[in-house]
Amino acid sequence: MKFDYVIVGNSAAAAGCIEGIREHDKKGSIAVISDEKYHIYSRPLISYLLKGDVKEKQMKYRPADFYKVNDVETLLGKRAVSVDSKTKQVQLESGEKIEYGKLLIATGSKPFVPPMDGLDSVKNHFSFMKLDDVKAIEKAVKKGAKVLIIGAGLIGLKAAEALEHYGCDMTVIDLADRILPSILDKQTSEIMQKHIEAHGVKFKLNTSAKSFNKNTATLTNGEELQFDILITAVGVRPNTELAESAGGKVERGQRDAAPNSVSGKAEPADNCLAARSNSIHARGFITDKKQAVKGVKNIWAAGDCTVSEDITTGTSHIIAIMPNAYAQGLVAGHNMAGAADRYERAFPMNAIGFFGLHIITAGNYTGDCYEEVDGENVKKLFSANDRLNGFILMGEKITRAGIYTALIREQTDLSTVDYDLLCKAPQLAAFAEEKRLDILSKGGGAA
Amino acid sequence: MKKVYVNEERCLGCHLCEYYCAFANSGEAEFYKAFRLGRNAVPRIKVEDGNGINFAVQCRHCDDPLCMKNCIAGAISKVDGVVKIDHEKCVGCYTCVLSCPYGCVVADGGHSASKCELCTANGGIPQCVKGCINGAIVFEERGETA
Repeated sequence: MKFDYVIVGNSAAAAGCIEGIREHDKKGSIAVISDEKYHIYSRPLISYLLKGDVKEKQMKYRPADFYKVNDVETLLGKRAVSVDSKTKQVQLESGEKIEYGKLLIATGSKPFVPPMDGLDSVKNHFSFMKLDDVKAIEKAVKKGAKVLIIGAGLIGLKAAEALEHYGCDMTVIDLADRILPSILDKQTSEIMQKHIEAHGVKFKLNTSAKSFNKNTATLTNGEELQFDILITAVGVRPNTELAESAGGKVERGQRDAAPNSVSGKAEPADNCLAARSNSIHARGFITDKKQAVKGVKNIWAAGDCTVSEDITTGTSHIIAIMPNAYAQGLVAGHNMAGAADRYERAFPMNAIGFFGLHIITAGNYTGDCYEEVDGENVKKLFSANDRLNGFILMGEKITRAGIYTALIREQTDLSTVDYDLLCKAPQLAAFAEEKRLDILSKGGGAA
Repeated sequence: MKKVYVNEERCLGCHLCEYYCAFANSGEAEFYKAFRLGRNAVPRIKVEDGNGINFAVQCRHCDDPLCMKNCIAGAISKVDGVVKIDHEKCVGCYTCVLSCPYGCVVADGGHSASKCELCTANGGIPQCVKGCINGAIVFEERGETA
C-alpha cells in the first residue's frame, strides 16, 4: 500500500496534521496507523470515563465521520515497528509495509514504570494513559477497594478522583515533597492537597515503593501497605523508537537554567519547575520549527514524542500537553502539504480540576510575584523584564485566565499595558486604547 | 457574517446586557427565576468598567479560535461562522478559559464551559443587543470573513 501522507499515531497531533494537510491538499491520499483500535479519542477524558461523567462514545476527539470527511484511510490495531527512510516505508508488526510520500511520527508517550522488586507478583497493576487501561480497571475495581497510586501528578490524581466514585480507600505516594509538582508551587500544592484529602484520599509524600510482595508494598520509609489495586503514574517516556529507526535525531530536553523564585523566596530550579517530572528532561525528537525531524528527509514529528522550545524559558524540553500536540500537528500538516508555517509559541499550560477545585497555570514561576491568596482562591502572576513569565490561578481566580495566557503567548511588553489593573483582574480595559479598539473591532489574532 | 460589536462611547456600564444574556441562556421562562431560587445564571457577555471606560465584550468568533484548537475533548467547533461548545462532550476542564485571549469563555458551574453563540439557540437575535437601551452593542455585518 502506498499513500501520499502517512501518519503514525491517532491522537491530537494526528488530528492537527490531517486538518492541516486538508487545508492545502484536498486530494492527496492519507493513512493513519495506530496500535489502538479506536476512533480518534481524547486521552485526558479517560478519567472522566472511569468516573462516569462521560460515556465512551462522548470521548471522540473528532466527529464519527472525521476520517470519511477528510478522506483518510485508517490502519487501526496495527503497530508500526520501524521506518526505512531510504525506501520510504513503514514496517508494521503484521509484516505489512506501508509506503509513504511524507510521514508524520506522532507516537506520543508511554508510561514509565521504574524498576521495583516484586512488581511482577502484583495482581491488578495498571497504568492510566489509554482507554484500554480504563476498561481493565473497571473490570478489576470493586466498591470499597483499597487502591495504591504511585505518583501524585496530573495522571495519578485524576485516577484518584475517578476512583472516589467507587468508594475506594485510596493512598497516593510520591517521592516528591508535594503533589502536582509539575504545575504548582509549594503553597498552592498544599492547598490542593488539603482539598483532595477532604475527599478521603490519603497522601504519603517523600517516599516511594521499594518492593512488592503480591499485593503488599514496602515503602522506602519502611512502612507496609496492603492494596487490591495498584496504579503506577510516575511519569511518561516518549515513544522515540520509530524515528530513531529512521535515523532521526533524539536528544534529552534541557534543564531550565534560570533559578526559580516562588513567593519571593529563591528556590533551586529543580525544586520548583521540575520536579516537573522526569518527562521534561526525557529524550524526545528534535525537529525544526516546521516540525520536520532533523537528520532525515520527508519525516515530520509532533506531540509528546518531540522536544519544543519553551518561549518562557528559552530552553528546549518536552511540553506534553494536548494544545501543543495539536498545534505542532497542524504546522506539520501545513508544511507536509507544501505550505509554509512555523510553530514558534510553545510554552507549558494546564487547565485541570480535582474534586471541583480548578487550576489554570502557564509558563514558569520566576521573577516578581503578584499574589492574592484567599482560601482556595489563589492568583500568582510572575513577571520579569516587562514580560509575564507565568501564572498560577486557582478556584474563582481562573476567570478570564486567557487574557493572561495571551500576554505570555504574545510576549506582550507590560510597559505598554496597565499591569496594575491587569493584576487585579484580567481585562481588556488595561490595554492602550488603540490596541483595545482593534481587539474589539474584530475577531482573531489580537490581544 | 453578523457579529456583536460594541459602541464604547454609548456604554454606561449598566450591565443590563449581562442579565439579558444570562436569562436568555438559562432556560427559564421568567426573568427573575434565572437569578433567584438558588439559581445564579452566568452571563457570557462581560461589561468592563476599568480605567474610566465601559464596554461589553463577548466571543469574537475568531478566524483562528484558540479555544477550539486547544479543547482537549474536541467539544468546540465552528459552524457557519459561530464557535460553539458541545455540552454533551465538554467535561469542564476549562482549557478554553485558559486559551481565550478575550476572556470570553466562562466557567458555567457544574461540568461545562459556556460562551456566546450569538443566541443561535435562542431565536437568532442576540438578547444582549435587543436589551441594550443605549445602542451600545449592535449586531451587524462589518465585512469580516466568517
